[in-house]
Amino acid sequence: MKRDPVYGIMAEFDSAQALVDAAKRTHQAGYQKIDAYSPFPIEGLAEEIGFYRDEVPLVVLIGGIVGGLTGYLMQYWMSAVDYPLNIGGKPPHSWPAFIVITFEMTILFAGISAVFGMLALNGLPMPYHPVFNVPRFSSASKDRFFLIVFSSDPKYDPAATRGFLQELKPRSISEVPS
Amino acid sequence: MDEQYKATVDTQAPVMEPGYTFGTVTEKISAIVLTRPASNGWFVGFGIAFLLMMMMLYAIGYLFLKGVGIWGVTIPIGWGFAIVNFVWWIGIGHAGTLISAILLLLRQSWRNSINRFAEAMTLFAVACAGIFPGIHVGRPWLAYWLFPYPSTMGVWPQFRSPLIWDVFAVSTYATISALFWFIGLIPDMATLRDRATNPVARIVYGMLSMGWRGSARHWHRYETAYLLLAGLATPLVLSVHTVVSFDFAVGIVPGWHTTIFPPYFVAGAIYSGFAMVLMLAIPIRKIYNLEDFITELHLQNAAKVMLATGLIVAYGYGIEAFMGWYSGDRYDAFTIWNRLHGPYAVPYWSLLICNIFVPQLLWIKKMRTSPVALFLLSGVILVGMWLERFIIVVVSLHRDFLTSSWGMYYPTRWDWMTYVGTIGMFLAAMFLFLRLLPAISIFEMRTLLPEAEVKE
Repeated sequence: MKRDPVYGIMAEFDSAQALVDAAKRTHQAGYQKIDAYSPFPIEGLAEEIGFYRDEVPLVVLIGGIVGGLTGYLMQYWMSAVDYPLNIGGKPPHSWPAFIVITFEMTILFAGISAVFGMLALNGLPMPYHPVFNVPRFSSASKDRFFLIVFSSDPKYDPAATRGFLQELKPRSISEVPS
Repeated sequence: MDEQYKATVDTQAPVMEPGYTFGTVTEKISAIVLTRPASNGWFVGFGIAFLLMMMMLYAIGYLFLKGVGIWGVTIPIGWGFAIVNFVWWIGIGHAGTLISAILLLLRQSWRNSINRFAEAMTLFAVACAGIFPGIHVGRPWLAYWLFPYPSTMGVWPQFRSPLIWDVFAVSTYATISALFWFIGLIPDMATLRDRATNPVARIVYGMLSMGWRGSARHWHRYETAYLLLAGLATPLVLSVHTVVSFDFAVGIVPGWHTTIFPPYFVAGAIYSGFAMVLMLAIPIRKIYNLEDFITELHLQNAAKVMLATGLIVAYGYGIEAFMGWYSGDRYDAFTIWNRLHGPYAVPYWSLLICNIFVPQLLWIKKMRTSPVALFLLSGVILVGMWLERFIIVVVSLHRDFLTSSWGMYYPTRWDWMTYVGTIGMFLAAMFLFLRLLPAISIFEMRTLLPEAEVKE
């Protein structure tokens, strides 16, 4: 398959409000494959571009359950099955004493799942990405806001999409080479 | 989340001085790392801290050569400085997690300008704390026996002991603190990557940023993960000093065997941690001209947290004394009498002065708003909290049930060199951190600006 030489068309905005409004209008205009970039998290922006499925909580839940089970079963197996030792007459399976490590392992696994799950779902680390080819994009980590329509969008048409973005009154428009 | 966040900002004294934009906030914080040349003062400060750290390594090297006999620990006082310093450092770390996680859940937006370096403080304090149990085990080259690994001996750790709970609590705490710090740094690493002119810096910050580009989808998952991590770190931080207190409270030694220990340890940890936050924040804001970001509000709020936790600690001392009398146990009663009148009465009275009497000055608003006064007071509290751990460890052990086993504990120069050396290590790491990473979270500061507000 031949790759499209253009990755998308990117519009630059001055404020968070302008980006949210532009993202809403672009999505309402029927564009599906779009993304928005901002130097800080903006409440509700992800929903405006049609993102609803955040799987991070599920990953963390699974991580926590696995961690808790690992912690408890590890202690049970080591203390009561593999090498039971009589210490102070306490039963080998002293479940109240096992709670602390079960708790710590739950937190440990859930926390690791939160960080690495988030990175994996975001497809990070990704040192190269076409958007970095736009020189102005370096301001996306400072004070500028960007909206992109990907060329893979079914409604994408080089001239019409550029014209549509122009109507949103951006500060600048750039073509993103892939 | 951000809208409720800002509702608290409007009603309070400024969390940040007005007049900043996304651009100027970014420039001001990243300039400390990227363009500001290192001053002579930085080199002198780092040099002194580094030399102290070398002294610590020398003391530990000699310890490995000779064994724990070079320390002041003897029977009956088998715990000594190593455990005192371990508990002190772990406690200091707690304020960082409290600021970054608990205040995030409570939507206290003022945390945004101090959370980054408070988290760094946590990491370095936990690193200092982690040294002590490792070198205290007698045969430090076998310290890995603490972890459950399939050994040729076939035995496993004793999971019914609080000491192994502590291994899990502290190592989980260190891991989660490091992850929390790292995840908070990712967007700021992207900012530094895009601002840096030095090609090496650009590559290093670029790698650390993981290729962060600020996509709305990424931010959404990022915020979810950050919030969940805060929710996980909150019970974790409360559990860590609780488990540390179990090391004492599960034992039957008079002065240790008490149920007040977990809450009183946690309060004491936050108390000393905020004192350390202030001791770091006050010089940092002055030297790097960050008074606009770390304002009087931050100093006042930290002072109020210290006042509140200090009163909980005072309540803990009161309950200890009350239970010494009320339990009717002669050994408990003797422990209290011995603290007040015994051979370690001077440290105990100093502890009461440092932790209870002097901090009452914080009721005065002038004290809470004067950086110099707060700096000195924080130093007093840190000394007091160190003395508290000294009293708990040493005074309880030196007079136990049988007079024949009574003894005295005198720290040696090796004890002092190791302890002072960890302070050097902590400060050296802090000096490096200030020059290499953004000391204030840039992206979280941007969210505090009025321009960050978006109407639907």
